[in-house]
Amino acid sequence: MIETVHLTKYFGKLKVLDDISETIQQGEVVSIIGPSGSGKSTFLRCLNLLEVPTSGQVIFDGVNLTDKGTDINLHRQKMGMVFQQFNVFPHLSVKDNITLAPVLLKKKTKAEAGALADELLARVGMTDKAKEHPKKLSGGQKQRLAIVRALAMEPEVMLFDEPTSALDPEMVGEVLSVIKDLVKGGMTLIIVTHEMGFAREVSTRVLFMDEGRIQEQGTPEQIFVNPQSPRTQSFLSKVLR
Amino acid sequence: MSLVTITENIIKLLRDYWQVFLLRGVSITLLLSVITVFFGAILGSLLAFARMSRFKMLRWPVAFFVELIRGTPILLQLYIGYFVAPQVFPFLGMSDFASIAVALIINSACYVSEIVRSGIQAVDKTQNEAARSLGLNPAQAMVLVVLPQAVKNILPALGNEFVMIIKETSLASTFFIGDLMTSYLTVKGKTFLSLESLIIVGAIYFVLTFSLSKIIGVYERRLKVSD
Repeated sequence: MIETVHLTKYFGKLKVLDDISETIQQGEVVSIIGPSGSGKSTFLRCLNLLEVPTSGQVIFDGVNLTDKGTDINLHRQKMGMVFQQFNVFPHLSVKDNITLAPVLLKKKTKAEAGALADELLARVGMTDKAKEHPKKLSGGQKQRLAIVRALAMEPEVMLFDEPTSALDPEMVGEVLSVIKDLVKGGMTLIIVTHEMGFAREVSTRVLFMDEGRIQEQGTPEQIFVNPQSPRTQSFLSKVLR
Repeated sequence: MSLVTITENIIKLLRDYWQVFLLRGVSITLLLSVITVFFGAILGSLLAFARMSRFKMLRWPVAFFVELIRGTPILLQLYIGYFVAPQVFPFLGMSDFASIAVALIINSACYVSEIVRSGIQAVDKTQNEAARSLGLNPAQAMVLVVLPQAVKNILPALGNEFVMIIKETSLASTFFIGDLMTSYLTVKGKTFLSLESLIIVGAIYFVLTFSLSKIIGVYERRLKVSD
């Protein structure tokens, strides 16, 4: 479904991604773990071209996104993204946050988008918040709203960039449980995360990144129980303490 | 000269020349200010977007022009508008008032362009990213997500620019445009009561700018509440 071919990214002279070729299949739940600065967020952001790769290709549903002729806006509609800092739109109500893109991009009529928004809000337990402004929401509610906003475009894949890192500890659970529901629904997910327990529980595959490369990958069991690479072992020994 | 004489003179001047001060002076000052702010805001916004453009060929000349205007005295620009422009563009047949207004508009636009630019750049760039990640194109993200948030940064600063302009139009009196400061020159010329005329004109300027600042303050608080 998503394939990167020799993906390389520099920030100035700093090499952040080093020749990554990787394929993610439909229905997979892929967690990307690794130390800060390992390039995992940059890798995720390259997948929908929020970061433009320095070289290499990103291929989504058989379309080369890095090709200059590709209408990236069209393909981003099929790739939902959730950010660490929520990035909900503060000038719009909760419901308008959700319906803005589907209505504007002609995916749905206003009524259809509204109905879907109600349904999605119910699913994440926020029906009573539809008319609120985002500033009245807690961090966990903002992040659930951000997830719902992305889901309203009915994407084929969801990209999560450390979705719980900016949350107070007591709100992490409510956001993770929404993501778990997506897993149960069969959605393809790519999650950059520091929640090792969560990664182990929901992933079908775990990628360990360090120094701009995927150093090791495998099933959660392989990575968490029996890591092969010394780097993975050293990283896990620090975070799983 | 005693305080009593000054007060008596002020009352006399207000009685004999209130039309010069209040009708002519204030109306021309306000008219000039409103025109300057209105067209300055429009032109300034265009300059701001040009300066944020992807195209260097547009960005660099505009940046240079804005810095040039901001880096030279407004009085100098008014001289150019008044003496030079009509000679270079005689076919436009601009009145003195129009020449001065155009100079003021260009000057104000350059300051406004920086207000608009910083107002837009103050909106967290992650807002743009979130909009783009949903599939909005750059224009849609700008108009529907970034600008509505930027307006809250821009409007109060634009109000302050209005207050500045009211004071700066006084420089137009150098060319006898008929604004409030010109009315001082007129009345002083007839009565030789310089201090008294200045006190009257100063008081009127103060009332104008102070009340405008208060109105802007109220509006600003309302914007904050709706935030």
